[in-house]
Amino acid sequence: MSSHAVSLSVGHVDTAAAIASDVRAGTRSAVSVLEQHFSRIDAHEADIHAFNHLMRDEAMASAVAVDAAVASGRDPGVLAGVPIALKDNMCTQGIPTTCSSKILEGWCPPYNATVVDRLAAAGAVAIGKTNLDEFAMGSSTENSAFGPTKNPHDLAKVPGGSSGGSAAAVAAGFSPVSLGSDTGGSIRQPAALCGIVGVKPTYGLVSRYGLIAFASSLDQIGPFAHTVEDAALLLEAIAGHCDRDSTSIPQPAPSLVASARAGAIDGVAGLRVGIVNELSAEGISADVLARVEVAAQRLREAGATVGHVSVPSTIYGLSAYYLIAPAECSSNLSRYDGVRYGLRVNGEKGETIEDMMAASRSAGFGAEVKRRIMLGTYALSAGYFDAYYGQALKVRTLIINDFARAYQQFDVLLTPTSPTTAFAFGDRTADPMTMYINDVCTIPSNLSGEPALSVPCGVGDDGMPVGVQLLGPALSEATLFRAAAVIEKGNRS
Amino acid sequence: MSSRLTRQDVVHVAKLARLALTDSEIDAFTADLAGILEHAQDVSSLDTTGVMATAHPLPLVNVLRADVVRPSVSRDEVLAMAPMAEADRFRVPRILGDA
Repeated sequence: MSSHAVSLSVGHVDTAAAIASDVRAGTRSAVSVLEQHFSRIDAHEADIHAFNHLMRDEAMASAVAVDAAVASGRDPGVLAGVPIALKDNMCTQGIPTTCSSKILEGWCPPYNATVVDRLAAAGAVAIGKTNLDEFAMGSSTENSAFGPTKNPHDLAKVPGGSSGGSAAAVAAGFSPVSLGSDTGGSIRQPAALCGIVGVKPTYGLVSRYGLIAFASSLDQIGPFAHTVEDAALLLEAIAGHCDRDSTSIPQPAPSLVASARAGAIDGVAGLRVGIVNELSAEGISADVLARVEVAAQRLREAGATVGHVSVPSTIYGLSAYYLIAPAECSSNLSRYDGVRYGLRVNGEKGETIEDMMAASRSAGFGAEVKRRIMLGTYALSAGYFDAYYGQALKVRTLIINDFARAYQQFDVLLTPTSPTTAFAFGDRTADPMTMYINDVCTIPSNLSGEPALSVPCGVGDDGMPVGVQLLGPALSEATLFRAAAVIEKGNRS
Repeated sequence: MSSRLTRQDVVHVAKLARLALTDSEIDAFTADLAGILEHAQDVSSLDTTGVMATAHPLPLVNVLRADVVRPSVSRDEVLAMAPMAEADRFRVPRILGDA
């Protein structure tokens, strides 16, 4: 840890589970919990830049309401008084929501995302909107129009991305938990780089209503937390069917906290764990691979059998993703045209609506967003559709089929989350491909729609956190949390 | 695809994408996109005979609900966030070309 580092360790963490338990029991007030977190923000946010916007007044009103409920004998909910940070691509009614883009600067949504309403209903206290790579396109938060977020473990390093602000907020102790979104690894990779837990749930488990779309067939909201149990608690609170999202799975939220606890207490006897050959080889740092071996050993000691498995088409995942995601983004981001909301710039000619649209989009979008819109528009254009987008969709089928075969032999798969630990600012910005390669281990589960999580497992040669990734078939979150709790337990012994 | 992306392709795609790019952006994107598409050759040259496309990870069917009138967001709030509004509508520059 560098000398600038904010002091962190799981031992000091005030967990969401402990806060909610104390607040519901009336032994701590939500207001005092909030003040404690805001004093930490006041001390360190200038160094970290986790937030685009702090919701001080709204948060205090929520905390007062939670305390009033407790005082009158009503239960405020499973997240009573828990401060939570929200990635700034989730709509919050009347509160600025920017996607870290100039094109949405100053925009206040007229409605809440479903997850925002569910958090409020569970008694959680939203404290602010966190920084991200513009429109969630990036792996370092360096693409934010409002400046990068720093890694709390070393301020000279990136926190990962795109949900870097949400990861840094938790790692710095600004909030015990936060929400991010994951389209190609945007929760799991920053979780790994910041030394916390991050979960991409099964596609459709968490409502995307009010999540500003990047690539609709890949995007999924999920939790960041210091502990596996807190991540389970938060995911339980936000999961479950939503009739405003037509891709929402029509099932109630699964029970996950019990699985996390069972893993820590009883282990994982009989669990079959497969290390994915293709994602544990070329391009992955040796110190990261060593931590995967440590995780495997912890699972073995807790009763699992560990083998190796080939998932051959995952090697095409990166290429397929960088055709599919830009294609979907070029379509989704066509809505930013200066007509109904966001930035409007009148063109030099200043005459027609088309001039205005092109001028607004060119002034409002940053370089990476333009690059992906261009790439996606090209991949979808006449003459190239079949060769690029069409082929990528077929590769997606191959990946799904390969995973299905792997899950005939194994219950969960184990890989690194990120090929390296956190890198320095500016290290990977010159060539887009060097940044994209960060997502090589995380992308396959977005393409398959299956759940995956990153759990901390020690540090690399540079002393920075390493995360390992667990993958499972659709709706296997309970199993993943159980196994993750075993790996986490090893960090404490 | 073996044909390499040209500067003219980039100019055409920018028009389709409603982006007014500067000359230096066009140069940079020509190089960037060519590099990314080169990486995509492993996908575009893969033999996928007989493989179905997956556009979406869930086996989706149409989701229907009763057509019941319910409150929506307020028009005033929506128009308040518009760059220009007039008479309960969004106001935009001229839509038709040379008049």
